[in-house]
Amino acid sequence: MTDIVSWTVLAPFIALAGAVINGLFGRNLKEPLPGWIASGAVGIGFFLSLLAYFGLLFREEKTVHIPLWSYLSAGNFDLNLGFTVDTLSITMMLIITGVGLLIHIYSIAYMHGDAGFSRYFSNLNLFIAAMLILVMADSYFLMFIGWEGVGVCSFLLIGFWYSDKLNADAARKAFIVNRIGDVGFLLAMFLTFKQFGTLNIATVNEAAGGLIAVSGAVTVIGLLYLLAACGKSAQLPLHVWLPDAMAGPTPVSALIHAATMVTAGVYLVARSAPLFALSPAASTVVAWVGALTALLAAFSALAQTDIKKILAYSTISQLGYMFVAVGCGAYWVGIFHVFTHAFFKALLFLSSGSVIHALGGEQDVRKMGGLGKHMKVTGTTSLVATLAIAGVPFLSGFFSKDAILAHAFNSQLNPGIGNYILYGVLLVTAVLTAFYMFRWYYTVFAGEERMTDEVKTHVHESPRLMTIPLVILAFFSIFAGYFGLPEFAFPNAFAHWIEASTEAPVSFAHPALWLEWLLIGLSVGAAGVGLLAGFWVYHLRNGEPAKNWGETSWAALSRGGLGFDAIYRSVFIRGSENAATSFRSVDTNLIDKGISSGFSGVGFLARAVTLLQTGFVRSYAFTMFVGVALFIIVVAFGGGFK
Amino acid sequence: MVPTEYYIALSAVIFTIGAVGVLTRRSAIMIFLSVELMLNAANLALVAFARQWSVLGSGPALSGQAAVFIILAIAAAEVAVGLGILVSIFRYRSSTDVDSLSEVRL
Repeated sequence: MTDIVSWTVLAPFIALAGAVINGLFGRNLKEPLPGWIASGAVGIGFFLSLLAYFGLLFREEKTVHIPLWSYLSAGNFDLNLGFTVDTLSITMMLIITGVGLLIHIYSIAYMHGDAGFSRYFSNLNLFIAAMLILVMADSYFLMFIGWEGVGVCSFLLIGFWYSDKLNADAARKAFIVNRIGDVGFLLAMFLTFKQFGTLNIATVNEAAGGLIAVSGAVTVIGLLYLLAACGKSAQLPLHVWLPDAMAGPTPVSALIHAATMVTAGVYLVARSAPLFALSPAASTVVAWVGALTALLAAFSALAQTDIKKILAYSTISQLGYMFVAVGCGAYWVGIFHVFTHAFFKALLFLSSGSVIHALGGEQDVRKMGGLGKHMKVTGTTSLVATLAIAGVPFLSGFFSKDAILAHAFNSQLNPGIGNYILYGVLLVTAVLTAFYMFRWYYTVFAGEERMTDEVKTHVHESPRLMTIPLVILAFFSIFAGYFGLPEFAFPNAFAHWIEASTEAPVSFAHPALWLEWLLIGLSVGAAGVGLLAGFWVYHLRNGEPAKNWGETSWAALSRGGLGFDAIYRSVFIRGSENAATSFRSVDTNLIDKGISSGFSGVGFLARAVTLLQTGFVRSYAFTMFVGVALFIIVVAFGGGFK
Repeated sequence: MVPTEYYIALSAVIFTIGAVGVLTRRSAIMIFLSVELMLNAANLALVAFARQWSVLGSGPALSGQAAVFIILAIAAAEVAVGLGILVSIFRYRSSTDVDSLSEVRL
């Protein structure tokens, strides 16, 4: 433990200890204390991650393996638990603990006065512990433990206010949909072990690089991991849980359902980069799932009226971008977008929380407006995040989104016309993104005030504890992008940093310089078109075109999230309900009736037997004498003594 | 010497008297006495056979005699327990008529 990098092994355990302390004793602690304990636990984790980051930065060997203990050993199968700290996992750890710390501090003010204050922080710390285990795991097995752990914490926190049935239902929905993905993870693990004889990620990646003839099994493994990633990262067709997950407290939406947990799928693909790079088929499916998700989710965001649901669909859409990146083999780009997205999306959610807090729980954007005047810090930071996610130049979102677009265009993993279609889909999505984000900002913070007079008098800026995290996140939303400037013309530290961990045989075309600049120009244009369209619709025409559009069936489609919920309800839920009803009739009519008629036979027999018991002692004695006499006769004359 | 058959015949007569007594009497005391008669009929048969075997064999045959002592001891113990039950039944019901003792019947 002399190595400074190895100290990170403590981070998940400290978070776990925070969870246990708050879980067992939090009830007896006075209010802000559980929050500070939890924040402290995450803060230590952040500090250790920072130390490890600088430890790795200044040396050649970028991978540190920390063995923990042997979980089980049977025959030639060894399951050793351990952590791997390399450039990829340390980046994720910095995001998790850094953004996590800010959200913990924010939550102290946001959750003020809640009856479940200590339970909330206990769950939040447990989530941090599970998420750290997920990204630090050196084997798919340990990663699966973290994977399930974050799923449980997500369930607990979505259903945090469980006394409302809607929240409990949303939690169950998230959990069940995630289970479908988890089945994919399990099957993929089985296949991995069958194919490679181990679950250690580094060994599998090395073996995958050495495979000469690529077998179909690698593609199947890749597709199964994709299923797992789709569940956790809310990609088509398993994305339906994320909009409902907004039932949880808003900081939870920021931490789990925007910045960290939902990026686990992207991390999984990047972690298994050599595996996916070997199977262009699987990678192409990843990219297309991402592109379709990005487009359809952006469309669904257009007509939402809940301040958080707009952001939820936006998150799904941005995750789609990340999937395109890792599906094209640009693993560092995917993680780069995870990195920048964590800041501006956490910021968007936290400022929504600030707005909801100020309006006393109101979440409908139709009853907001003009809040920028009353909430200066929240409004300004939201504007920064909105511009960042829309892809306005020189903000973080611009650099990462542009990198995704350029790499989708230039990917050589599966060359052909498909790349250009992918690029086109993402470009259209970028226009939609800028548009719906403008709508989000404008309807909440600008324009006329549509609150009731009673609410209007209460509007106030949130306390310092909430606004300071907003400001810090806004700072990173602006500057985080400068780690990964476009490679062709500028130094790009981020690419080299991440690629030290995701070495895979993928290559990208290097088009002429004018084409590279044209691609950048196109993505700037997309953001500009989207924002200008938003400005025209909501400011110049005062929302008139939106109101007309709102009556079309397209808008209804968008509002209903493209009807996925309705389809699932009629196919799966109604189907299993019908099956259950018919099973029930079998149960009551066949099994229950059959058994109870059998039982009535037993009762009849019992009644018959009780007749023998007369209650007259002398009749018993008589029966006994006759019996003994008969017995003796049989034995004596039947030759029993011979 | 009185032949063994006579003893056995007497034992059978006493046993039958006891058995009929058990079946026909209603008073628990009388049933109890009849049971004692049956036990002692069996005792008589046992000592009669023991005597016969000691005449036929070379030495005294003591197993029959020993069995009688065991039966006497058991009978004494049974009297103690049985009479105890009888006394408590009598206290409870002021009667020892066994035909009316049928509460536990369904």
